[in-house]
Amino acid sequence: MARALLMIGTRKGLLIARSDDSRRTWTLDELRFPNQEVYAVGIDSRCDPPRLFASGTFGWWGPFFTHSDDLGATWAESRQAAIAFPAEAETALARVWQIQPGPPNQPGVVYAGVEPHALFRSDDGGESFSLVRGLWDHPHRSEWRPGNGGACLHTVIPHPTDPAQCLVAMSTGGVYRTEDGGATWNPRNRGIEVSFAPEDARFPEYGQCVHKVAMHPDRPSRLFAQNHGGVYRSEDGGDEWTAIETGLPSNFGFPMVVHPQQPDTVFAFPLGEGRLPSDTRCRVYRSQDAGATWHPVNEGLPEEPYLGGVLRDAMCTDWADPAGLFFGTRIGEVFWSRDGGESWGQVAQRLPDVLSVRAAEFQ
Amino acid sequence: MSSRLVLPAPLRPLADGAAQIEVQGSTLGAVFDDLAARLPILERRLRDERGQIRPHVLVFVDGAGVRGEGCLSTPVRDGAEVFVAPAVSGG
Repeated sequence: MARALLMIGTRKGLLIARSDDSRRTWTLDELRFPNQEVYAVGIDSRCDPPRLFASGTFGWWGPFFTHSDDLGATWAESRQAAIAFPAEAETALARVWQIQPGPPNQPGVVYAGVEPHALFRSDDGGESFSLVRGLWDHPHRSEWRPGNGGACLHTVIPHPTDPAQCLVAMSTGGVYRTEDGGATWNPRNRGIEVSFAPEDARFPEYGQCVHKVAMHPDRPSRLFAQNHGGVYRSEDGGDEWTAIETGLPSNFGFPMVVHPQQPDTVFAFPLGEGRLPSDTRCRVYRSQDAGATWHPVNEGLPEEPYLGGVLRDAMCTDWADPAGLFFGTRIGEVFWSRDGGESWGQVAQRLPDVLSVRAAEFQ
Repeated sequence: MSSRLVLPAPLRPLADGAAQIEVQGSTLGAVFDDLAARLPILERRLRDERGQIRPHVLVFVDGAGVRGEGCLSTPVRDGAEVFVAPAVSGG
């Protein structure tokens, strides 16, 4: 039977759930990195066994970035800081928000999106990273503002086949794309509304608080975005965005996940007043027609009023077949589905606030 | 110039479990530079990549707290105690 693991980054450390029976049952390791806020976890499935990444911040001791080549049994932190700003940047790493291994045709490439707004790239599998200067030197950078969570570059989507293309998203700043390997970056926010801005300033070139962007690798021109108020689709790599929020109970939320085998199927977790689950129900919303219609999928999820939202990296798929879909909530419950969201089971409960999840199946 | 760096419990695993280690340097900055050369993972828990002491790290030299701009120039005498601790902050 295939083995699987689920990395669960929480506000108080990292947990790993494991399954040895093709994801039917899960057991939970002991907490690692206690008291660390594990905002970013990553799994590089190009490695055998998969290389695991985790990054967190300790209130006093700053950020750490570590990896494991034995499925989480032991962890190694590079002697020299894997991710650090060069002296001329005159700033210091506050937090890693995203760890994104490159596609299969870019061996060794791993990206890290960080706070303050910046992108780092590794060409040695995540041992060491360099600041992507084209984005750091962008003339817009001084106008990117911190979102409520911080000045974060939280989404990195390398193009699945063209190494020259990569897309990032920031809160706030919006979506930017490079087509020349990171030398130059252009904003790609046309059609994304800043709902809290004055009426005549609601569609700026950049500055949007985009919460998450998702892409299916078989269809790289199509993107889905969960914005700070607004859910969008682009069919041209982000050049133009169209609202697809009709049918959702709220246009606010954080995660956005595409089904790994069905490029038209996308998942969201809408939040309502107080950034609590819409109607205080624990409901994932699924669209199977690229956002034209949405329906709740909640069989097996709690029926009672639910006060745990889902953060931007706390929902993921595992790219197995049938795909596993996972999410963790701010009240420390983790759920999973292996039938595209039709039904759900619980992986873990009574954990700290879940910040990030990543899953993989392997032999 | 040799002094003792006293470590809080959470940082001791980064010094092979030692509660205190010998460090070299006649100023606080030189002490941290020595630490960076020998135990860089430990050093970056205390200072960021600009060389600045992290905001929630307290440093005492012979019992006197040192903070703010210029603190890395604080003299460290031979045999001094450099004590680091987490501030009463965080959650």
